[in-house]
Amino acid sequence: MAIELKMPALSPTMEEGTLARWLVKEGDEVSSGDILAEIETDKATMEFEAVDEGTVGKIVVPEGTENVKVGTVIAVLADEGEDVGDIEASSAEPADEGEESSAADDDEGASAGPAPQRPRREPRADPEIPDGTNMASVTVREALRDAMAEEMRRDERVFVMGEEVAEYQGAYKVTQGLLEEFGPKRVIDTPITEYGFAGIGTGAAMGGLRPIVEFMTFNFAMQAIDHIVNSAAKTNYMSGGQMRCPVVFRGPNGAASRVAAQHSQNYGPWYASVPGLIVIAPYDSSDAKGLLKAAIRSEDPVVFLENELVYGRTFELPELDDHVLPIGKARIMREGADVTIVSYSIGVGFALEAAEQLADEGIDAEVIDLRTLRPLDRDAILESLAKTNRLVIAEEGWPTCSIASEVIAICMEDGFDHLDAPVLRVCNEDVPLPYAANLEKLALIDAERIVEAAKKVCYV
Amino acid sequence: MADRPDADSEAGANKPALRLHVPEPKFRPGDTVDFSHVPISEAGKQPRPDEACDARETEGLCYDLIRVLGDDDKAHGPWDPKLDPETLRAMLGHFALVRAFDERMFRGQRQGKTSFYMKCTGEEATSVAAAMALASDDMVFPSYRQQGVLIARGYDLVEMINQIYSNKGDKLKGRQLPIMYSSREHSFFSISGNLATQTPQAVGWAMASAIKGDTRIAATWVGEGSTAEGDFHSACTFATVYNAPVILNVINNQWAISSFSGFAGAERTTFAARALGYGLAGLRVDGNDALAVYAAQRWAANRARANAGPTLIEYFTYRAEGHSTSDDPAGYRSAQERDEWPLGDPVTRLKDHLIALGEWDEDRQAEMDRKAAERVKAATKEAEKNGILGHGMHQPFRTMFEDVFEELPWHLKEQAEQATRERLIKFNGGRPQ
Repeated sequence: MAIELKMPALSPTMEEGTLARWLVKEGDEVSSGDILAEIETDKATMEFEAVDEGTVGKIVVPEGTENVKVGTVIAVLADEGEDVGDIEASSAEPADEGEESSAADDDEGASAGPAPQRPRREPRADPEIPDGTNMASVTVREALRDAMAEEMRRDERVFVMGEEVAEYQGAYKVTQGLLEEFGPKRVIDTPITEYGFAGIGTGAAMGGLRPIVEFMTFNFAMQAIDHIVNSAAKTNYMSGGQMRCPVVFRGPNGAASRVAAQHSQNYGPWYASVPGLIVIAPYDSSDAKGLLKAAIRSEDPVVFLENELVYGRTFELPELDDHVLPIGKARIMREGADVTIVSYSIGVGFALEAAEQLADEGIDAEVIDLRTLRPLDRDAILESLAKTNRLVIAEEGWPTCSIASEVIAICMEDGFDHLDAPVLRVCNEDVPLPYAANLEKLALIDAERIVEAAKKVCYV
Repeated sequence: MADRPDADSEAGANKPALRLHVPEPKFRPGDTVDFSHVPISEAGKQPRPDEACDARETEGLCYDLIRVLGDDDKAHGPWDPKLDPETLRAMLGHFALVRAFDERMFRGQRQGKTSFYMKCTGEEATSVAAAMALASDDMVFPSYRQQGVLIARGYDLVEMINQIYSNKGDKLKGRQLPIMYSSREHSFFSISGNLATQTPQAVGWAMASAIKGDTRIAATWVGEGSTAEGDFHSACTFATVYNAPVILNVINNQWAISSFSGFAGAERTTFAARALGYGLAGLRVDGNDALAVYAAQRWAANRARANAGPTLIEYFTYRAEGHSTSDDPAGYRSAQERDEWPLGDPVTRLKDHLIALGEWDEDRQAEMDRKAAERVKAATKEAEKNGILGHGMHQPFRTMFEDVFEELPWHLKEQAEQATRERLIKFNGGRPQ
C-alpha cells in the first residue's frame, strides 16, 4: 500500500510552512532515516525524514511552495514491491478530521424551508480610533512586539524579562527582534523559576523600573501567583500609597492545541478576583497593541493575558504614532438587536462566528468584547442588555466561579428588569483538558454551542 | 522607587556605578568550539568514601568528576562497579533500544503520527544505568527525558507508543501529552509538564516510605536548568532535615532549551556543590560514563537504604539533540558542540569497553542495533493498529468526565448524559459512545 507523506508540524500549533527543498526525486529509493525534504517555518528549519523504506512515487508539492498547510499530502511513497507508476495522489488537501465533519455536512441538507431574513451587519470599528485612520494588516504576535518596542523606545525604564525571551526571541516569538534593538540588559533571559523572576520583576518595579515579565505560559505562573497577588497587587495599599509596583505580567493563557491538562488553563477569573490588579485579555491586534501600551504605562500592576492560538491571526491595526487604548472599556465588535453575546480573548472569535451563523437564521446578535476583565465594564454589558434583553456569555474556561458567573451576577443585580430570558453561559466542560484531539474538541467551547445558547434565550 | 529618598542629594556620586552581569554561552551558531576550558578529571582517581559517611566527606567529589572508563576503554579506580559482562551487554542492549526508539518516534512526529516527542540522545546512561543500579520497585519521579528508566525496567514498547500516539490502546485514556508516561506497575510516577515539581514529591514519597517503615527508596531526575526552581530548593531542605531516603539526580546536559547552564548558576559553581549548603552528600559524575553513573547511583541507593541520608548527584552530560521536536538548536548553539563534547558518547564508550574486555565486537553491535530497530519497528506497527494521532475517534468521549473525582459528581453525570443525547441527535442515533 502506498504511504502518503504529509506536511509535518514542528509543533502542535504550527499551521503551515514552506517546502524549501526536496532532497529526493521521484523514483528514488529511500530507507528509514533518510532526509527527504527541508521545511521552513517562522520558527525554524526542519528536516523531514523517512520513517519507512520504499520508493518515492510522486512528489505532489514542488519545492519552493509557501504556505503549505500541515497535513497536506506532499509526496507518496511506494511500499516495497509496489509499482511506482500505479500511484496517484489521492488528494493534495489536508486530511479530513473524519467523522465529525462528515456528520456536520449531513446536517446542512436537513434544514429546508424558507430562508429567514438575514440581518445585515458590518463589523463595527472601535470608536477610540479616529475616523479615516489608515489600517495595516498585522498579526497579534507582531502587535504585541511593536507595543513593547515602542514603549521601550519611549521610556528607558521599560525592560522585558523571562525564559527564552532574548536569544530565542521568546518561546512563541513574541519578543522577536527586541534583543537586537535593545541589548541583553533590557531583554533579559532568566533562570527557570517563575516564582523567582515574578519576585525579581516585582522588586524591580518597586525599584523604579517598569518590567514586563513574560511567562512562557500562564500555566507556569501558578507558582508565581504569590508574588502577583500578595506582593505586586498590594504594594500600593500596604505602603499607605507611598510605593507603587508598575509591573506587567504577560504571556499566553487558556487552551492552546494539544498541550493537555496542565498547560491549557484560563486564569482570567483567578486574577480578575484580586483587588489591586488590572487584568486585560485582548482578542485582536489593535486591542493587543493599544492595551499592552496602556498596561506598560499603568502605575498599577497588570496581568495581561494573551492566547497562543490567536498569536498568528492577522487583524487590522491602526497606523497611529501612539496607539494607546483605555483600560476598563469593553468594545462592541458587532452591533445587533436580538441577543447580546459577551466574550473575551479567543472566545470573541467564536462569538463573531456564532453571530454570523445566527444571522443566517434571522437572529441579530450583538457581540461585546470585554477586553479588560478587571475593572469590568459593567455599563457596556448593561447597556447592551437593555437593548437586546437577552444575553449569553461565552468563555474559553471552566464555568464555576468564572467571568461568566460574574457577568451573570451583574445582569441579576442591575439588569434584572431588562431580562427576557435567563442569562446563559457557554464554557468549557468542567474537566481537566484532555490531550486526545477528539476529546479536546469536545471539551472546549465553539461557535455551535454559542449559537445553541443564543437560540435558547431567544426561545427559538 | 529607585530614585533616592532625596533625589537631589549628591551623596555617593563619586562611587562606581553598579553593573549587571548577564551570562552568555561561550559558543553561538557558526562558532568554532573548543572545550579545553572544561576540566576533565582522570578516570579512576576519585576517592570513594564509605556509603554511610558524613555528608561533608563528599565535598571534594562535588567539584571533581567521578569517572571510571578511561581513554583506554578500561575501568579504573574505586568507583568501578565491577559488573559482569552479561550485565554490561544488557545495559548496552537497553541503550540500543532507547536510541532506536527515539529515532523512530522523532521521525514519527515529523510524519504527523504524534504531535510531540523528546529524545534523550547522549544522555542514555543517566537513566538506563541509574535505573539498573536501583531496585526495580524503588519509586522513580522522572522528568521528561527518562524513557531509559522505563526501557530498563522492561516496560512494553507498544504501551509506550500507544501513549505517544494517544490512540485507543493508550492506558492514560488520551489525557496526557505524548511521552508523559505513567506506570504504577513499574513504580514510575506520572511525568509532569511542570518543572521540578517531582523533586519535593520524591522527597515526600521517601519520607512516607520511612514513616510507614517500608524498605523502598525514591529517586528523582531534574534538569540543571530546573534547579533554579524553588521546588528544587524545598526538596533539598526537606531531604536533609528529615534525612529522607531519596536520591536527587541533576542532569546537567548544558542546555535548557536555548538557555545554557550559566542561567542556572553554572558560571559560579557546580550543581553537585548545591548539596554542600544543605548538608546533603553530593557527587559530581561523568554522565556519559555508564559505569560511573551506575556506581554513583548504587552508592546513593545503598546510603539511602541504610538510613544514612539523601544524596544529590550531578550527572555532567550533553544534550546532543534539540530540546524537543518543537525546538531547533541551530538557532542558538554551535553545531560543533556535539562532536567536540569532551566526554564522548555514552553508548560508544560502553561498547568500546566491552570490546576492550574481549566480550563484544562491532559485528555483534551492528546486529544488536539492527535488532533494536526491527523491534521498535514491529512495536510501532503493532501500536499503529490502535491508531495514530488525529485519525478518527480513539477515546470514547464519555471517558472525558471520568477520573476527575473518585466518584462521578452529579453535575458531570448530567453533562455526560447531555453530551450523549446531543450526539445521538447529531448522528441520528447512530454514533457509538
